[in-house]
Amino acid sequence: MTANRDRVASALVPGSPHGHGRPIAVRFEGVSFAYGSDPILEDVSFHIHEGEFAALIGPNGSGKTTILRLLLGLAAPASGRIEVLGAPPHTALESLGYVPQNAAFDPAFPISVAEVVRMGCLRGGSSRYSREDLRAADAALEQADVAELRDRPYSALSGGQRRRVLVARALAANPRLLVLDEPTANMDAESETRLFRALGELRGRTTVLVVTHDTLFVSDLTDAVLCVGDRDGRPGSVVRHASIPVARGLAPGVFGGGARQVLHDTEIPPEACCGEGD
Amino acid sequence: MSFLDALLDPALPFVRNAFLAGILSSVLFGVLGSVVTVKRIAGLAGAISHAVLGGIGLALFLSARGLAPGLPPIAGALAFAVLSAALIGVVSLKAKQREDTVINAIWAVGMSVGVLFIAKTPGYADPMSYLFGNILLISGRDLVLMAVLSALVVAGAWRFYPQIEASAFDEEFARTRGVRTDAVFLAVLAVVAVSVVLLQTFVGIVMVIAMLTLPAGTAGFAARNLRGMMVLASLLSAVFSVGGLALSWETDLPSGAVVVVLSGAVFLGASGIRMLVTRTSRPKAERPDGK
Repeated sequence: MTANRDRVASALVPGSPHGHGRPIAVRFEGVSFAYGSDPILEDVSFHIHEGEFAALIGPNGSGKTTILRLLLGLAAPASGRIEVLGAPPHTALESLGYVPQNAAFDPAFPISVAEVVRMGCLRGGSSRYSREDLRAADAALEQADVAELRDRPYSALSGGQRRRVLVARALAANPRLLVLDEPTANMDAESETRLFRALGELRGRTTVLVVTHDTLFVSDLTDAVLCVGDRDGRPGSVVRHASIPVARGLAPGVFGGGARQVLHDTEIPPEACCGEGD
Repeated sequence: MSFLDALLDPALPFVRNAFLAGILSSVLFGVLGSVVTVKRIAGLAGAISHAVLGGIGLALFLSARGLAPGLPPIAGALAFAVLSAALIGVVSLKAKQREDTVINAIWAVGMSVGVLFIAKTPGYADPMSYLFGNILLISGRDLVLMAVLSALVVAGAWRFYPQIEASAFDEEFARTRGVRTDAVFLAVLAVVAVSVVLLQTFVGIVMVIAMLTLPAGTAGFAARNLRGMMVLASLLSAVFSVGGLALSWETDLPSGAVVVVLSGAVFLGASGIRMLVTRTSRPKAERPDGK
């Protein structure tokens, strides 16, 4: 236990100070949600600071996707309060970039990479894209390291390339909060390296939330680890866990670089988070 | 008499009407068909088009029985089209588990109701004209309505292009950008419903759905984006419609069927070419090196 406490201390204190003392970007307070009579989330409370790189992890079926849908305003909680960038989720969408898992894709849809990325600048019922939108889309292509693909048909890309194009699409809106759902699923090593390099450049400037079912390791960019479900296997709660750096070679070749191991036996109470309650 | 001579002969106005209907319907088939194809709602459009027979049968029955004298079949068709589109829209959005069952039920029940009403209609009513189209039935009023609807569809597609493109490509993402995807879906269904009613005089209820998918599907093989797909599908549709009319005139075959067979043959040919091209270029396209 003592060793764990030491590890927690080293994980909490400096080394990854992004977000500390900053305003809250995402706040869930006593949130519950059910599909019909099937409770999915019960009394979920957590927060993420602006500029933090957070990982929302948990096994399949634990409620990650539901949390994501609530955060994106695609579903409403049965009870509790959700704030995204200081506002209710549906009013914060303009400042939010979302990278879906992209399970469904119609290969017969004729569209180029540049057109997909441009879509990120779409605002409600706007009838066309402005010059600024197109410039932002070009900048996002560079930022996500996919500029060389801009004129290629989207359907001709590999799965990893498509995922990075969707990251560019999310970045085109110059978001304050970037949410990525399973960004490395079925991704080749080259694309994974490029993706985390791009995400690393956002670190500290943009709040990043990565949702993943990998419960053992997270990227070494990660400041906060939020686990869905608790140690008894009961679904529906979110717990903040500590993580420690893993020496290169000890973790599988993930995240295109260094990784951190999640300490599931070490819980960090929300009030212990730096900046919270300040 | 050749098709060109018939087209220019003042004594044969129905040939000119059919030609104009072919050109005007091409815009609807091309633009609306592209949206239907990329949104993958051809099945829904098929259910609406087939349910229309119920309204036609009901209007013929009420008119012949003197219950609603002079009620035109197009009025019943429009009522059934809008009603079935509304039902399908609500079911698709609210009860996804039973979506297929309900849509197929609307498809089959609508047609059956039409057949029953036509069977009980006094006098002679030929359901074949409505099922497979009859260019003799195309009136000047139909052409005006087609022109108005084509203009509205083009204007709508122009104004809401980003919303249509985004909601068809990735509906969930579109919603996160503030696009009212449900409204886009219901609007497309409503326009499909009205278009089907006007287009069925040209190719018939059964074949409307073929013309909403085949030219757009063929165009999708060559187009680089949705806008290009709409333009190319409209051009292809015009070629198929006019070519099919000419062919049916020369061979004395039903025009609607000839138009659809021509469209289908080109679509199948294009699909074969596409498969060959994809097979030969796959290693290059799948290269995962980011280059």
